[in-house]
Amino acid sequence: MLVYLGRRSLLAIPTLFGVALIVFLLMRSVPGDVVTNLVGLQGNITQERLAELRRLFGLDLPIHVQFGQWFSAAIQGDLGSSLRTGRSISGDLGMRFPVTLELTVLSLIIALIIALPVGVAAALNRGRWPDQLGSLFALLGLSIPGFFLGILLILLFSLRLEWLPPAGYVPFAEAPLTNLRHMILPALSLGLILAAATARIVRSTLLEVLGRDFVRTARAKGLAERTVIVRHALRAALIPVVTVVGLQFGQLLGGAVIIEQVFSLPGVGRYALEGINLRDYPVVQGAVLLIAAAFVVVNLLVDVIYGLIDPRVRYG
Amino acid sequence: MADGAPALTVAVESGRARRSATWRTLFGGAGGLGAAIIVIATLAAVFAPWVAPYDPVALDPPARLLGPTAEHWLGTDQYGRDTLSRIIFGGRASLSVAAASTLFALLVGGGLGVLAAYYRGWTDGLIMRVTDVLLSFPAILLAIALLAFLGQGMVNLVLAIGLVYVGPFARVARAAVLTVREELFVEASRSLGSRDWRVLLKAVLPMASAPLIVEVTLRLAYGILAEASLSFLGLGTQPPAASWGLMVAEGRRFLQLSPWATVAPGLAIMLVVLGFNLFGDALRDALDPRTRGR
Repeated sequence: MLVYLGRRSLLAIPTLFGVALIVFLLMRSVPGDVVTNLVGLQGNITQERLAELRRLFGLDLPIHVQFGQWFSAAIQGDLGSSLRTGRSISGDLGMRFPVTLELTVLSLIIALIIALPVGVAAALNRGRWPDQLGSLFALLGLSIPGFFLGILLILLFSLRLEWLPPAGYVPFAEAPLTNLRHMILPALSLGLILAAATARIVRSTLLEVLGRDFVRTARAKGLAERTVIVRHALRAALIPVVTVVGLQFGQLLGGAVIIEQVFSLPGVGRYALEGINLRDYPVVQGAVLLIAAAFVVVNLLVDVIYGLIDPRVRYG
Repeated sequence: MADGAPALTVAVESGRARRSATWRTLFGGAGGLGAAIIVIATLAAVFAPWVAPYDPVALDPPARLLGPTAEHWLGTDQYGRDTLSRIIFGGRASLSVAAASTLFALLVGGGLGVLAAYYRGWTDGLIMRVTDVLLSFPAILLAIALLAFLGQGMVNLVLAIGLVYVGPFARVARAAVLTVREELFVEASRSLGSRDWRVLLKAVLPMASAPLIVEVTLRLAYGILAEASLSFLGLGTQPPAASWGLMVAEGRRFLQLSPWATVAPGLAIMLVVLGFNLFGDALRDALDPRTRGR
């Protein structure tokens, strides 16, 4: 098991390196360069001052040296500072990441609470109305853009019913209940869509498992149907579900960028978008790198969990 | 010979029966509904100047933020522009960006996947590592990053969305080619002295194309969602042009006063994406009988 864990973790390192390389190259592909963009905001400037600024940013060095310096600083947690505010980007991200994390974890919980019963009900009533209702739910979830679902939820629960706030954020540590009231609608926007995709997978894997021999054995030895489903079939069906949910959880990080914008949540995604609007490229770079790195780590964790619950993987 | 004839008839009939079953899977029920939505949306976008009741950028301040009326079926936005006309014209941006980026992803990703599977070895290793890294970004984040650094505009929008889907296409194409490359007819084509590109085009690709066709349909759905999301964020189609995602973003500020300018384009996105999803599912069932009824 440890060997498997170690090998899988080692594999994540070249991926992280590749991700960092792409983010770095993207930054260098900015039309002009960072300095001309920065200077463009400040008006007149001499050629000498330009060269000095380039040297300050290390832009006069060969590109592989630049990458080496940037990468070694980045893995030590130094992502540079914002061109606008001069604040440390790592510090800003440290304040904003908990918001994004809370949003994605709440969305995942909502998705599972909805998807498991819907998927199980659909599989056990194959072809009848619970199944058809489940299919309709899955199709709608696959087709609605997250930002539109968010706006519909605001329209219904904030503007019409006035139950929940339409935007804003309060840290959990300050006021847990107010924090949750602000997070319910954003988490529902992401969670309902994830639930639709997950319910479909729960249904199809459960259907497949229900036809296997060990389920027939469990029934034949006289177990209650409920026990057969929950203890035997569902347990086996959950293995592929974990993989898919894990991969979807990574995509939630991307979805969060948009949902944070809809609900004005001060997360990493909104930070990146603010950076884009202000042409604050190091900010964008840091935020993108953080989300992509989190995505790689989540995928790694999914593989590890998969190895823990499915003994067959360890020998693979 | 006498009892050979009936058997032949049976074979022909079952062949016809299979074809009509495929046809029914594809266009009966949900698949037909999906196809109808796609066709109507495409025709409306192509013939927008003739179909749309108003000029999509014509301002009419006295008639702003209307609900549905006899003149404006889906109401108007904050400048008095007709929402229905803007949805019809907006379909041009949404559908053409989705189509162009899917085509880009199919050519680049599909091409890379085919090369990887056909040549194996280090070509395969290199191509798959590159796609692995591309797939290590949440899809929409990669597109956002590309647009942030390369700048906005139609071409970059297509490139950004297309590049995101290079990875999935490469994987699907590689898997499809891997299953056929060891088949006898490929070996036959090769031993007849055909060049690599001829073996690929004439023997391998026709047999490996079914999963790619399904992938194209489903990616078009994602493409429309991606274009809408990016335009919603202000990174895609720029005003005053109409795009569904942009319309949702613009109408949003007046949600309380008049939800129509927001809800109508949102529903348009949903309906067209639904169409592609329905048709894509039917296409998969028709091309791969194993998934039928799943």
